[in-house]
Amino acid sequence: MSVGLSQERLDAKAKVTGRCRFTADLTLPGIRIAKYLHSTIAHGKVTSIDTSEALALPGVEGVFTFADIPKVPFATAGHAFNLDPAARDKEDRLLLTEHVRYHGDEIAVVVAVDGLTASKALKKIKVTYEEYPALLNHEQALDDTARELHDGSGNRVGEHSYQCGDVPAALASADAILKGQFQTQMVQHCHMENHVAWAYMDDTDHIVVMSSTQIPHICRRIVSQALDIPMSTVQVIKPAIGGGFGNKQDVVLEPMVAFLTKQLGGIPVMLELTREECLTSTRIRHPFRVNIECAVNNDGTLKALAMDVSSNTGGYASHGHSIAKAAGSKVVPLYPNAAISYQAITHYSNLPSAGAMRGYGSPQIVFAVESIMEEAARKLGMDSIDFRLKNVAQTGDTNPLTGKVIESAGIRECLHKGREQFLWDQKKQDHSRFNSACKTGNIRRGLGVACFSYGSGTYPASVEIAGARMILNQDGRVTVQIGATEIGQGSDTVIAQMAAEKLGIPVSAIRVVSTQDTDTTPFDPGSFASRQTYVVCQAVAEAGDLLRQRILEHASCMLEIAVDQLTVSEDAVIDTSDNVLLSLKDLALDAYYHKTRGQQLTAEVSRKVTTNAYSYGCTLVEVEIDIALCQLTILAIRNIHDSGKIINPDLAAGQVYGGVGMGISGALSEELLADPETGWIYNNNLLDYKIATMMDSPDISCDFVETHEPTAAFGNKSLGEPPLLSVAPAIRNAILDATGVAMNQLPMSPKALFTAFRAAELI
Amino acid sequence: MFPIDQYHRASSVEHACSLLAEYPGRKLIAGGTDVLIRLREGKSGFSSLIDIHDLDELTWINHTADGTLQIGSGVTFTQLINYLKNDSLLPALVEGSSSIGGPQVRNMATLGGNICNGATSADSAAPLLAFNARITLKSQSGTREVPVEDFYAGPGKVHLEPDEIVTTFSINQEDHQNTGSHFYKYAMRKAMDIATIGCAAVCRIEENRIQSLRLAYTVAAPVPTRCHVLEEQVNGQPVSGKLIRDIAAMVLEELSPRNSWRASKDFREHIIRTLADRVVTEAIIRAGGQL
Repeated sequence: MSVGLSQERLDAKAKVTGRCRFTADLTLPGIRIAKYLHSTIAHGKVTSIDTSEALALPGVEGVFTFADIPKVPFATAGHAFNLDPAARDKEDRLLLTEHVRYHGDEIAVVVAVDGLTASKALKKIKVTYEEYPALLNHEQALDDTARELHDGSGNRVGEHSYQCGDVPAALASADAILKGQFQTQMVQHCHMENHVAWAYMDDTDHIVVMSSTQIPHICRRIVSQALDIPMSTVQVIKPAIGGGFGNKQDVVLEPMVAFLTKQLGGIPVMLELTREECLTSTRIRHPFRVNIECAVNNDGTLKALAMDVSSNTGGYASHGHSIAKAAGSKVVPLYPNAAISYQAITHYSNLPSAGAMRGYGSPQIVFAVESIMEEAARKLGMDSIDFRLKNVAQTGDTNPLTGKVIESAGIRECLHKGREQFLWDQKKQDHSRFNSACKTGNIRRGLGVACFSYGSGTYPASVEIAGARMILNQDGRVTVQIGATEIGQGSDTVIAQMAAEKLGIPVSAIRVVSTQDTDTTPFDPGSFASRQTYVVCQAVAEAGDLLRQRILEHASCMLEIAVDQLTVSEDAVIDTSDNVLLSLKDLALDAYYHKTRGQQLTAEVSRKVTTNAYSYGCTLVEVEIDIALCQLTILAIRNIHDSGKIINPDLAAGQVYGGVGMGISGALSEELLADPETGWIYNNNLLDYKIATMMDSPDISCDFVETHEPTAAFGNKSLGEPPLLSVAPAIRNAILDATGVAMNQLPMSPKALFTAFRAAELI
Repeated sequence: MFPIDQYHRASSVEHACSLLAEYPGRKLIAGGTDVLIRLREGKSGFSSLIDIHDLDELTWINHTADGTLQIGSGVTFTQLINYLKNDSLLPALVEGSSSIGGPQVRNMATLGGNICNGATSADSAAPLLAFNARITLKSQSGTREVPVEDFYAGPGKVHLEPDEIVTTFSINQEDHQNTGSHFYKYAMRKAMDIATIGCAAVCRIEENRIQSLRLAYTVAAPVPTRCHVLEEQVNGQPVSGKLIRDIAAMVLEELSPRNSWRASKDFREHIIRTLADRVVTEAIIRAGGQL
């Protein structure tokens, strides 16, 4: 038994003792350092660029501009390739550009013997621009007279709509209609390890790229496309990685380092971005503007939700419209019995490029949906939890968008459990006394709740394929190789638990190869969409069964006992009476070295998953607000999740703590700020970009409702992204409860509270 | 890697003064929590350094015979906080020092550096102003002493001659004994942040009347600023809710906060008034006043 236990992370000791090696730790002697020259304007054209002084600087080995790069446009999104050309990502990038599309765009690159020399050389490059008006929002970008950021695009990246049920009829006949507009902000992933990649050539036509990426196999395809070279001449290696949150589900540096080593005769070249560069010149979360209508009947029935979304992807499409599309599809499994309509447009602008980020559009939509749900509950005079209990999905409901039955839905149980554990009803009474006792008081308390549903993987939008390889080593232990990437979430550990469960051996007898190398690793698109446990479990389970069968067959051959009389337990083969017959070590030595029988015992499975499973959950939060100081304190916050069977309770809780913490930070303080006229980014540093510190994080608590998801090998569903989704609306609803002020824009920072409290004449 | 061209390690204050005289324009580096940031940013003027980090002559705290508290400019905030807490001294300076950066920064950053950096947001500045702290400066041509308040010259500027080094901060006994003091840093988060507004108050109460009140703000003007006119008007007044409201109502007259993308003038003014109320109230209570 390994699944369901809190196995310690496989990499815990390596990481806390500093033995774990990351991309920048693994460089080669003589490596050269490359640095980008970023644009100092948000929109315009480079009219001249003089690199002669930079090139003349001792130690500078190359300066490249738009004129020097292959003119092969490529898409950077880390999606699995799509056989349908119409469904592929927008190929709107070149390695460098003369057409500046955001403040921080890459217009040249310098390679030097060290970073200081490269930095000095950057200052010697002389650039002149023809500057255009910055297009920063929906109206500016989609104005008929607006300049196109990408030729032929009309500044539109994509449009999409769906309708489940008769929304107009529901709106016309409902007892009450609530309307609202919600706006979310630019936020950035702020993973600890900045983007870093380096490359060298180990033959005349073979490039090795080492990168901190979530998607090595996809990366290899995109590098080969961008450089117009065969895919097999590119090898991508992903060592340990210091976080990604989706920002490394994009190909950002790898084509450039591959290009540079190729230009410089194969010497190793590294690009390691600073935090400042990461904040503006990698990817951010798409700001959404959501207009939403909600129709309800007096008995508390949600009749309809109508959403109209404008998503701002910035200067380049990256994941582009698929984020707005994915976000819309994940509302339906939460409220499958309401009529729901969704329309979305994604547009370009002169803001930093938006891409994948934990939640993939859902945090933005859930903010709008759960805020308007709160308004509806209040309009009807219903308790916020009761109102949701009346309307959320239950097992056996049909998802009207896919026509498929929802096989497991534990959201009702989550809400019940949350209400009980959080002492919701008691707190509600206490607050009512507390707030009425000091009606004109400065300190107010409030409660908020919000729910979400989410998918497990990308199917049916994309192929979901995973590979696992297992080898019985000479000492009877098992090596597991998977294509799925560990990016800090703990996937290697849960994969070891799954393998151990199927093989019948302890996790301590398993070594998971954490590094992915596209030359040897089984194919898998990578780490995203909270897919790891759900998608990879199929391949791992099957490979485990297969290797166990081969072990038993060899034992049968050695022992001359029928296979069905044998099983693997701990480190040995046992019979039906639990007698130890043969150690796995002896079995392995025999399989490897007996002169005539046996072979290396291995199993390899590549499996496509053609189902998806919805995970559910809710956030309950209690806040205290100092109105005069415009300060909010979270007194208590608890997430309850239905992620099916929990493979590793401690790691699962870790995901929730991290996700809720990230959610709080995004709800209350984080915001990448652009000048409203010029698009110039004010705060691309961690002093002015206010990510919450440990001092700002309250104690976070969580619990699980363990449903069984029949489409997964172990009954499990997604958990990586979900903990973030319902945090911001729950806090927003708690502020509303405490003060009567509706914060419909993120972040709900002291500055925003000041403006809102002033408007409400509270201060 | 930092673009450092010249580096000298000073072995004493005297050595530092002679190095400064020999190489005018060189920057002193102590904890490095400001200088290294400038270097990383590639700012000019920081590539030639004289290192005074951890000089014995600059890292002591003591009381002179007349009870004056003297703090070496090279004392780190961690050392300062521990010393003051241990002797229950200058609560507002403990609070100001504790609000700087995070633990790692406070382990390196020095009191002298925080003031010489010249920032209007320096978290130790408001308490130092409110305690009437004075600065001692040394050079080869001699020693001089100025109030911290007068040391500030403008945004990012202090009256530090190119050949001078700050050695000591002094606070007279009568400026802190039998007072109540409080500092509050208003920022967008609880650590690792720059103040939106900082406010320090030091007061002495007799028979529930204000015998003296000193009120200082950071980020409320181009330099850390005392509210002298207000202080004059308040002295001698009986402690009351009305007095606190009056203080909050008139505090802005001597201040001129900026309007910037970090925070609007309107917002800063609101916080200045709110903190006048909160911080003065707390200082009065700590001084034994009854409200």
